[in-house]
Amino acid sequence: MAIDASSRHDPTARRVVSVVVNGEPHSALVESRLLLSDFLRHELGLTGTHVGCEHGVCGACTVSIDGQIARSCTTLAVQVDGAEIRTVEGMAPGEELHPIQQAFRRQHGLQCGFCTPGFLITVEALLREIPDPSEEQIREYLSGNVCRCTGYVGIVAAVREAADLMREA
Amino acid sequence: MKPAPFVHLSAGSIDEAVALLLEHGDDVKILAGGQSLVPLMNMRLAQPAVLVDIGRTPGLDAIAVDGALRIGATARQSAVLRSPAVAAAAPLLTDALQWVSHPAIRNRGTFGGSVAHADAAAELPSALLALDAEMVARGPQGERTIPAGDFFVTYFTSALEEDEVLTEVRVPPRSPAERTGAKFLEIARRHGDFALVGVAVSLSLDAEDAIAGARVALCGVADVPLRARAAEAALVGTRAGDVAAATEAGRLAAEGLEPPSDVHASARYRVDAATTLVRRALLAASPTAPGGER
Repeated sequence: MAIDASSRHDPTARRVVSVVVNGEPHSALVESRLLLSDFLRHELGLTGTHVGCEHGVCGACTVSIDGQIARSCTTLAVQVDGAEIRTVEGMAPGEELHPIQQAFRRQHGLQCGFCTPGFLITVEALLREIPDPSEEQIREYLSGNVCRCTGYVGIVAAVREAADLMREA
Repeated sequence: MKPAPFVHLSAGSIDEAVALLLEHGDDVKILAGGQSLVPLMNMRLAQPAVLVDIGRTPGLDAIAVDGALRIGATARQSAVLRSPAVAAAAPLLTDALQWVSHPAIRNRGTFGGSVAHADAAAELPSALLALDAEMVARGPQGERTIPAGDFFVTYFTSALEEDEVLTEVRVPPRSPAERTGAKFLEIARRHGDFALVGVAVSLSLDAEDAIAGARVALCGVADVPLRARAAEAALVGTRAGDVAAATEAGRLAAEGLEPPSDVHASARYRVDAATTLVRRALLAASPTAPGGER
């Protein structure tokens, strides 16, 4: 982390934060108070990560940090200097949707779509840990993600379908 | 919902963290995983001038068993939850961690952070009280250990001095021959939310499944986690899994409680919930209960 002696005690001093996001290296000069969610959206223009409650309750801003899902709104950019970040933009690099995205579309796992990026990243982690989860496991794993449209039934069905798709693949 | 400006200083060692705390006096906070502190800063309920970041300080995140189970302060909650060593040495902690927030939070949140934050509704403090754990703190005068029973002072206040860093939590060993039972249960608005009431039970049993020692600790019912000492005393000598004894212990545990009333639950609800949860946890901790053998 680049920091010079004169700026060490200046709260508005900026410092370089370097991360790899979806395989691409990025660096930006930021204040220590910048949240990772705002770093991704404002500094890197990756607006797929959504900001809902901004205090760690709703799960919309969930991203993966070094392979572990986390809330980007309760993580400071300076805490992840050097880390590998994965956001929803990394899921479908080409024209074809990721199997989890396909399943969400087919099973009506979204309506307004605001919470969807956080759900997709969380489901990806869930299926990596538990490839064939029960409904109870799905609901428990997703308990930190809030959706105000669907009532969750379509989301649970989408996770089941995505699990089948990904195990066949 | 953005933090106010602050100076962020990464500590390269525990000693450097202590030195930085001394240097910056009373307007400094320790940042570990940030899962409690950053939300408070986003809401401007906390506006520290300086953050001393120990999240990547070497040597603070180990989990080891050398007699005692030793959990480094910055071990992530998810790492402790997945640790076979923790599950073998202190299954009550594994059980309690399943109730701590959600996977995305546990991946960042640290074990020691949850302890030092001293939230009265948090799970780990009551589990550590039931396990007779010790907190290890490092300050300018060196290291000291603080028993769990002395560590939690009041809401969001621990016995740590302003220039001390929590470095480790130690859970005393039990003999391999000892038969034990453990269970953590809570009631929350949704799974992963703060407990309205939680209960941690740790039992040691004799060869005939009679309770030789019981520790029952509650969270969410006072400004600190509380031992239910009358219930513990009444349980000794009763058979593990005895419904009448567990029911009586629930009644004793709730006697004299004066829990807070808030938007989530009334005081009366919390008293009733404590009564029921103590009974359920005692029955579930019994080796004769399904999955109760520990």
